Amino acid sequence: MTDAVTVSAVGKTFAVANRGTVVALEDINLVVAPGEFVSLIGPSGCGKSTLLRLIADLDQPSTGTLSVFGKTARQARTDQDYGIAFQQAGLLAWRTVAENVELPLQLHRVAKPTRRARVAELLELVGLTDFADRYPDQLSGGMQQRVAIARSLAESPGLLLMDEPFGALDEMTRERMQNELVRIRHETGAAVVFVTHSIPEAVFLSDRVVVMSPRPGRIVDVVSVELGGERGDEVREASAFFARVSAVREALHGAPAKGVRGVENR
Amino acid sequence: MRGISTRTLVAPAVFGIAALMVWQLAVTVFNIQPFVLPGPINIGAQFEQVWPIIWAGTLVTGGNALIGFIMGAVAAILAAIIAALARPFDELTQPVVTVAAVIPLVALAPILYAMFGADAETSRQLIAALAVFVPVYLNTLRGLRQVKPVHRDLMRAYAATPWQATRTVTLPAALPFLFTGLRIASSLAVISALIAEYFGGPVDGLATSITSSAAGSNYTLAYAFVLGAILLGLAFYCVTLALEKLATRHAPLPPERPAVGR
Repeated sequence: MTDAVTVSAVGKTFAVANRGTVVALEDINLVVAPGEFVSLIGPSGCGKSTLLRLIADLDQPSTGTLSVFGKTARQARTDQDYGIAFQQAGLLAWRTVAENVELPLQLHRVAKPTRRARVAELLELVGLTDFADRYPDQLSGGMQQRVAIARSLAESPGLLLMDEPFGALDEMTRERMQNELVRIRHETGAAVVFVTHSIPEAVFLSDRVVVMSPRPGRIVDVVSVELGGERGDEVREASAFFARVSAVREALHGAPAKGVRGVENR
Repeated sequence: MRGISTRTLVAPAVFGIAALMVWQLAVTVFNIQPFVLPGPINIGAQFEQVWPIIWAGTLVTGGNALIGFIMGAVAAILAAIIAALARPFDELTQPVVTVAAVIPLVALAPILYAMFGADAETSRQLIAALAVFVPVYLNTLRGLRQVKPVHRDLMRAYAATPWQATRTVTLPAALPFLFTGLRIASSLAVISALIAEYFGGPVDGLATSITSSAAGSNYTLAYAFVLGAILLGLAFYCVTLALEKLATRHAPLPPERPAVGR
């Protein structure tokens, strides 16, 4: 089976007005297997979101190559091989919850009865069946984010790209959303690339945690989590969980020392 | 909700009625002559008496305002769409729009009467159209620039065609702004159409009736026509306000709310 994502020797530089260029990513190599959950973690400016945007073909790499299910990122995007969710739910305020979830299907001309059935299924999956006819401004932040997740799953993608989708949520809502994501991921079998800056979140959700460092953005370590498939709240209390959290934390904090610059002491 | 509607509806109504009563009382008690200030009761009676004439005048002035409003709004919306699509056009027209925003448009009235003939309504409609253009153009253009980066990313992720992106994201986000522009412009259309009548043209509108009755020292009648003009302006405003409310009932969310759990 082809890998969900293959990133080889990818670099990305941005031109910054009056200040030349900034190296956002340097020599990134990463393979995500089908059905695998991989988190990208690192401090602000480490390029984790940039890497996700490259996979999504929302930006293009400056060097190196990327493939998604064996195709170019561009082809994968036009073929709708991935679903995507951002930190902002990004719902359309003038559409109901059901119409928001329906959006990608509608854009891709899926027949109306099929659309309706799929939307019902998805709302069931994220527990929002009773809110189908509400408008986004009538929902809490957590509920809006669940709508966004349902929308990203609309076309049953084999790959889910998530850029800090729970970043704006309070801790309680966040943990509940994480539990739901674990369940949803198991029901759909999709591979996930998940950007976060929360260590416990990355460990709780992932099969592997990719630790990145800033300036230039690099992968400094990859921590395998191996906490088993179906995880519930009890995992959050397990010693194996804490051990992994420590491992990721050490990888993160060790990162600046490996760099040559050593000026930034954040 | 009930408390709010009481405060927003009943209180101004009571205040308005009280003001009318004070006015009437002052006119009666101080024996103010109608050529100085007619009382509301007299004006009301006069209004009822000459209603057919006022209605005819309202149709003329209102018709001019409406035609001007539609012409100006359509031109403004088209121009705003072009400006949103092509930056050079926007930069090119910006000074012109700024000039149009500051020149007193009704000052053009005598010149337009000379151009289109004093027996036609065209110049009045054009003045209303010019007055409508600027607020509708500026608001629509602003609305068309409201697409959020997250929506742009989403449309790209869905491989949406430019037209799909325009229809699903750009236009709906612009609509509330467009309707705000229309609401502001509606009063301007009526005011411009009225004032243009003061500068000449056919003797058939509300403003020409106000001038001729005032010239004939019939101030009560003049006030009755003024009342007609006020009602016309209100009608324009209320209709566009209702449209705006309809368009903004699910306004785009402000910068996404700090999330709260269920």
